[in-house]
Amino acid sequence: MTWVDLGPVTALPERGARCVRIGGLAIAVFRTSSGEVFALRDQCPHRGGPLSQGIVHGTRVTCPLHDWVIDLKTGQATGADEGSTSTYAVRIVDGRIALDLPAEALAKAS
Amino acid sequence: MTRKRKLVLVGNGMAGMRAIEELLKLAPEMYDITVFGSEPHGNYNRILLSPVLAAEKTVADIMLNTREWYTENGITLHAGDEVVRIDRVRRNVIAKSGLEVPYDRLILATGSNPIVLPLSGKDLPGVVSYRDIADVDRMIAASRESKHAVVIGGGLLGLEAAYGLQKRGMDVTVVHLVGTLMERQLDASAGTLLKRSLEERGLKFVMPAQTAAILGDDRVRGVKFADGTEVPADLVVMAVGIRPNMALAKASGIACERGVLVNDTMQTYDPRIYAVGECVQHRGSCYGLVAPLFEQAKVVANHLAEFGIGRYAGSQTSTKLKVTGIDLFSAGDFTGGAGTEELVFKDAARGVYKKLVVQGNKIKGAVLYGDTVDGAWYFQLMRDGTAISDFRENVLFGQAHIGDSGTAGADTVTLLPDTAEICGCNGVCKGDIVKAITKKSLFTLDEVRAHTKASSSCGSCTGLVEQLLANTLGGDYSEAPAKKPMCPCTIHTHEEVRAAIVREKLKSIPAVMEFLEWKTPDGCHKCRPGLNFYLLCAWPGEYRDDKQSRFINERAHGNIQRDGTYSVVPRMWGGVTSAKELRAIADVAEKYAVPTVKVTGGQRIDLLGVKKEDLPSVWRDLSAAGFVSGHAYGKALRTVKTCVGKEWCRFGTQDSTGLGIRMERVTWGSWHPHKVKLAVSGCPRNCAEATIKDLGVVCVDSGYELHVGGNGGIKIRSTDFLCKVATEEEVIEYCCAYLQLYREEARYLERTAPWIERVGLTHVRERVVDDAKGRQALYERFLESQKYTQTDPWAERAAGREAEEFAPLTAEAHAGLVS
Repeated sequence: MTWVDLGPVTALPERGARCVRIGGLAIAVFRTSSGEVFALRDQCPHRGGPLSQGIVHGTRVTCPLHDWVIDLKTGQATGADEGSTSTYAVRIVDGRIALDLPAEALAKAS
Repeated sequence: MTRKRKLVLVGNGMAGMRAIEELLKLAPEMYDITVFGSEPHGNYNRILLSPVLAAEKTVADIMLNTREWYTENGITLHAGDEVVRIDRVRRNVIAKSGLEVPYDRLILATGSNPIVLPLSGKDLPGVVSYRDIADVDRMIAASRESKHAVVIGGGLLGLEAAYGLQKRGMDVTVVHLVGTLMERQLDASAGTLLKRSLEERGLKFVMPAQTAAILGDDRVRGVKFADGTEVPADLVVMAVGIRPNMALAKASGIACERGVLVNDTMQTYDPRIYAVGECVQHRGSCYGLVAPLFEQAKVVANHLAEFGIGRYAGSQTSTKLKVTGIDLFSAGDFTGGAGTEELVFKDAARGVYKKLVVQGNKIKGAVLYGDTVDGAWYFQLMRDGTAISDFRENVLFGQAHIGDSGTAGADTVTLLPDTAEICGCNGVCKGDIVKAITKKSLFTLDEVRAHTKASSSCGSCTGLVEQLLANTLGGDYSEAPAKKPMCPCTIHTHEEVRAAIVREKLKSIPAVMEFLEWKTPDGCHKCRPGLNFYLLCAWPGEYRDDKQSRFINERAHGNIQRDGTYSVVPRMWGGVTSAKELRAIADVAEKYAVPTVKVTGGQRIDLLGVKKEDLPSVWRDLSAAGFVSGHAYGKALRTVKTCVGKEWCRFGTQDSTGLGIRMERVTWGSWHPHKVKLAVSGCPRNCAEATIKDLGVVCVDSGYELHVGGNGGIKIRSTDFLCKVATEEEVIEYCCAYLQLYREEARYLERTAPWIERVGLTHVRERVVDDAKGRQALYERFLESQKYTQTDPWAERAAGREAEEFAPLTAEAHAGLVS
């Protein structure tokens, strides 16, 4: 596994997200109200909307384009919608965000 | 107060009195009203004479306005006295009794006269026409003492008369000149089916046949035809048509052709004199059906109230026959002809016939017999000019068969859209009826009639209204409408949440959620933006806006596009710009390689396709040129659209551009339950399209008309007239008070149009127009709130605020973290 540092966890707004671009891959990194962090491919399974721009509630995010609600833990669409987006391992070490660089990004970046 | 002007109505019928009723709604205090009617009653529903004749209703059932009603509304009624002369120079009407009444405005609603064929014997006792209560009384009396009736005329009215007399026990023969019954509404096939089912009910027909003479010495005893044959008759009803009654107008020197000529505001050649109803000829057409008359009445009232925005553009009409048990519908041009196609469905055994005339993929006319449930749908498709190519193969089977949802057989009425017109006479849509049923807890047909007017004129939509009642109420009549929570996170309604925020002095989203026991830890994308707005509205200057509870557009102050880029719309006050501003926009567009530059519907310039990272720099450049955010992305005051007004326009009555700029300067930056668009037009030509805006100002010579609750979106809705004011200062005050009321009372994401439909225009009028103190207070609350919102969000962010919102995270490989 290749962990990369994304800066202090305080760089993420609570109940919010920011986007990071690595090797042409856009990844949304979320921080919930309870302090958990999640990383998802920044692309809604519906029409590719940027999930990092959505409203974060509980452990879910609502896509800003057409209100699909995506589960941050699984990347799956909830409710009546069907589809999923990739999830990536992310953790907080000493107050900093560490993301497990996905293989596809690693390949492109190198 | 200035002297009330005098309005005289000649003709106490449905069209004239509808005009008076509409006028009383708009401007109850404007006129002293006098009504002359030649019949000695109050006002009654002439369309329902046939059910009275058929003993299905009584005269009392069909009275519209009693004499008491006239008194209560301060109207002087001269029933049974006929106006015989108009002195247009002295502006007096002179009645048969010698009474003279002066007028400032006059409405002619003299209706029509039945056509009397010039036959020998036409004046014999026992020969009647079919027009008013007296005629019906004569027919009923005849039916008691004699046996044979002959009805001359196989049109709508003739057949209704024949059916009524037959039900009263008479032996009825209908004589018709041509081979098809109701040939103005039906084609030959439908006419044949109709004839057959009327014959089954016992009516006899002689057709085609020309009446040669009415026989008898001291009273009628028979009818003789051109071929020499005779039939016995104790009663002869002439129902061969009507002719506009324009004798009074003609004698007074008012231009007439087939009817009294009127323009689109229903004025005759003498602009003080209006005409309405069956006596009128408008753009070459005369109408004998009720729906067009009501449309005309609205226009007359509108013009008399000096709103000056109503225009009558003619009507498309549909017909139903009021004979119990016979379903028949006809609309538009059903005869076809060159360039048209016919779609026909015929099942003679079931007595069902449907024909649609199609031209260029659109329905031009329809004839339905036996199965008319889709009549309203076809009429709607016809009036909307809907292309039917997508469902042409199934269109004849009805609306139930065009979907793939497999609900065939369900009640047709459930499939109609809310906008489908159910009652053509009064223009009442399905949505209005359903809403009235649920909101006002209506259970009976009479209640629906009272609240919506649907089914209260000709009654032919009664079946549809009953279906709606059944479908809407379901099986359980006693259940009160369940309250609708704000979202699944709570059991509380919008109103309960707002009330709690104010009452309990809740000043943050967590405080609201805790107090009201929200079911989710931090709400959802539906409730959080709403709560944020409610708190902002309740505690201006005190509440700290929760950025994370705003939709991305309001967080990024741009409008997110399908590819994740943003659009940027700088504010152009009142839609006015300059060479300098345009140059600055052009520079920005080039510098940031903006892919699309477009003019918006609200008279602004939209820069589309800006990357989020570039937003602060774009704004910095725009700020340097003096621009502020246009809020084209927010549930906020968007634009004030204007026309050029009297500074340039030869028709302009006021400085509409200047006023629009003033309004935008006062209101910009304000947050609302939904987007808000304003407009100012410099004259009633209304080039700024003010009557489809949330608030529109239409300037007139004497001041400013304020119109509210318009919408040009999914469901177009033209505004309701709120009031007229005299000065720009008043416009600003009323506008702000109205916006504040909307901010304080509407549900989040509810535009002004549905809000007004929900709370009623009267409520808005009471708060904003009638209650001067309350208006002042609303105005002040609006201004107080504006103190905290009129800082340009773009300038702040260009200067570095919330920089992390616009910059992506950066990744650094950390050897130490590799595990």
